[in-house]
Amino acid sequence: MLDPAIIFAGVLNGLLAGGIYVLVAVGLTLIYGVLHIINFAHGSLLMLAMYAVFFLWRLLGIDPYVALPIVIAGSFAFGYVLYRGLIGRLSHGRDENILLITLGLAIVFDNVALLLFTGDSQTIDVAYAGTIVQVGAAFLPLPKIISFLAAIALCGVLGVVMARSQLGKAIRAVARERQGARLVGIDVEHVFAIAYGIGIACLGAAACLLMPTFYVSPTSGHAFVLIAFTTVVLGGMGSFVGAAAGGLIIGITESLGGLLLGEQLGQIGISLIFILILLLRPTGLFGVGR
Amino acid sequence: MSMSRKIRLSRRGVMAGTAAAVGALGLPAIGGAQAAAVKVGIIHPVTGFVAYNGQQGRLGATMAVEDVNKAGGIKAMGGARLEALLGDSQSKVEVGVSEVEKMNEAGVAAYIGCFQSPVGIAASQAAAKYNTPFLIDVGASDLLVTRGLKNVFRLKPGFGACVDQGIAALGALNEAAGKPAKTAAIVHESGEFGTGTAKLLAGKLPSVGIEAKELIAHDNPTRNFDNVALRIRSMAPDLVIMSNYQNEYVLLARTLHQQKVNLAGLFSVLGGGFNYKFVKELPDVAQYMMDTNHWFNPKSDKAQALKKRVEAGGALFTFEVYLAYSSVMLLADALERAGSADKAKLTAALESSTFNAELMPYGPTKFVNGQNQGGRAAIMQALKGDIEVIAPADVASAKAVFPKPKFG
Repeated sequence: MLDPAIIFAGVLNGLLAGGIYVLVAVGLTLIYGVLHIINFAHGSLLMLAMYAVFFLWRLLGIDPYVALPIVIAGSFAFGYVLYRGLIGRLSHGRDENILLITLGLAIVFDNVALLLFTGDSQTIDVAYAGTIVQVGAAFLPLPKIISFLAAIALCGVLGVVMARSQLGKAIRAVARERQGARLVGIDVEHVFAIAYGIGIACLGAAACLLMPTFYVSPTSGHAFVLIAFTTVVLGGMGSFVGAAAGGLIIGITESLGGLLLGEQLGQIGISLIFILILLLRPTGLFGVGR
Repeated sequence: MSMSRKIRLSRRGVMAGTAAAVGALGLPAIGGAQAAAVKVGIIHPVTGFVAYNGQQGRLGATMAVEDVNKAGGIKAMGGARLEALLGDSQSKVEVGVSEVEKMNEAGVAAYIGCFQSPVGIAASQAAAKYNTPFLIDVGASDLLVTRGLKNVFRLKPGFGACVDQGIAALGALNEAAGKPAKTAAIVHESGEFGTGTAKLLAGKLPSVGIEAKELIAHDNPTRNFDNVALRIRSMAPDLVIMSNYQNEYVLLARTLHQQKVNLAGLFSVLGGGFNYKFVKELPDVAQYMMDTNHWFNPKSDKAQALKKRVEAGGALFTFEVYLAYSSVMLLADALERAGSADKAKLTAALESSTFNAELMPYGPTKFVNGQNQGGRAAIMQALKGDIEVIAPADVASAKAVFPKPKFG
């Protein structure tokens, strides 16, 4: 039997790991949960944002946290243009087309990254990466605490924007009833592109917060995609509170599963919770049925 | 009287004349064409999760093919050039096998590959159907050469030999330092390479007075090693021994450093990420880490010259490069001695090879059941942002620091 102090430390580690999952999932819950776009390019776009962070640091010496506004703005612009220029234009409004286009984009992005940056993994060495905050038996790296707090803040901000702002109302209106939104004067394509851009901007934030403790390679984004989809479904499609709760639950489950059952079997816990949620509450923890 | 000559053109005459003309003018050309290029299938994972390693292997192999051709090709075959057919296994077993089939259709004389043991095992099995020699440039599993396949040859030592060498060196270090290490935790990737190495390590560590307290397996890719660090801290072993591919190797080392886990040493056998890049980019993390791995002979002029060429091209001189390079040279040597690309003759030439692997710190090549008995690994330590060889003594460039200083 494990020492309770170790279990407590495992819970804290899980919370921090969950913070990263929340960061990746929060953009997806907007794109997938609200707009119902199955964005297969999510992992590849995360990878591109991570490369952007890496090169800003390597070439210009910009710290990943200082790079946050630059990468968020760049990712938003990239996402907006990508939707307006390619996804929206080529999909002709059909969901199955979007699925294939984003899958195609993922393949293109991955292979272009492989061509340009090779398969080698790149890391950022920042002085504070080794700064540790000790809580009982847990040694928590400062960058992970920062990313955890940022993830929660990001969920809160997005939740408020979606609930209170005109843009949020427009996005929700477009997601609910596209034709109706168009009839009341909303530029549907523009709103879709903005929502997609915000989703990718979230990935930009995730990339800045991830890089001090993780690496980037052409396949590194994929490590988070399945978890992100699971988080969104677990928390409830389109719910930012759900994404936060889902990410943290998955983080803790994975962590405790790993401690008690071993690193490989620990993943089973995530699948079990996922199956239970689908059986008992198909709309997810915070999802609302239609 | 008019002098007239009838020129009679018979079919036989035309044939004979043509043959004579071709003999005078075209024979050298025909002779050149007869020395047809020898096709070599070079299969590496240049995409997928170990793409970097695959790209490095491809780089070494193609440089060697280029060098053989520049030096006049295979002289015993009339200067036949080597023609590299490049395949991408995509880090997947089934794709590696389909590359073998595709290249067989193209008429390859031999294969070189595959970096990953599972891909190498399946691909060489597929090549065995056609009796085509398969040279393993990188592939740690000893299953590669213990299946009784006559077509498989591995120049480098397998993980069995590397583990033996690594354990012996670790035991000697520990003994010399007054035995500060009594226990170890082994963290390994869950595939054939990591699991096989970990089992061997766990079985052999007691022979040098070290107990393997726990074997921790992880998947590829792994997002987070915080819990592994937590378990290691709670277990408090003296050593952590790692056996994983590049990304997980670096991530685990980084996590253990970030979490300031105190150990007498961090040791690996065939550590996937222990290379110049890791040591130079994360010198604090890498400092005092040790690895048993394939390493070039620093005293070889040819190895140093190749290192310069590779680095001038912007690449790192990693083990994949010089092992793939050496494998192509081994094949070229066998082709010279076989005087033919005939698969049976080529296999026989490889079986009896005494190839001098000039780049490596190896003894004379001697294949027993496809495994070169002359191969050996080196034990390295990261010291001040560089990699130093600490054993075997005849190629050592520095004295080991063991146990490593504790975190303050």
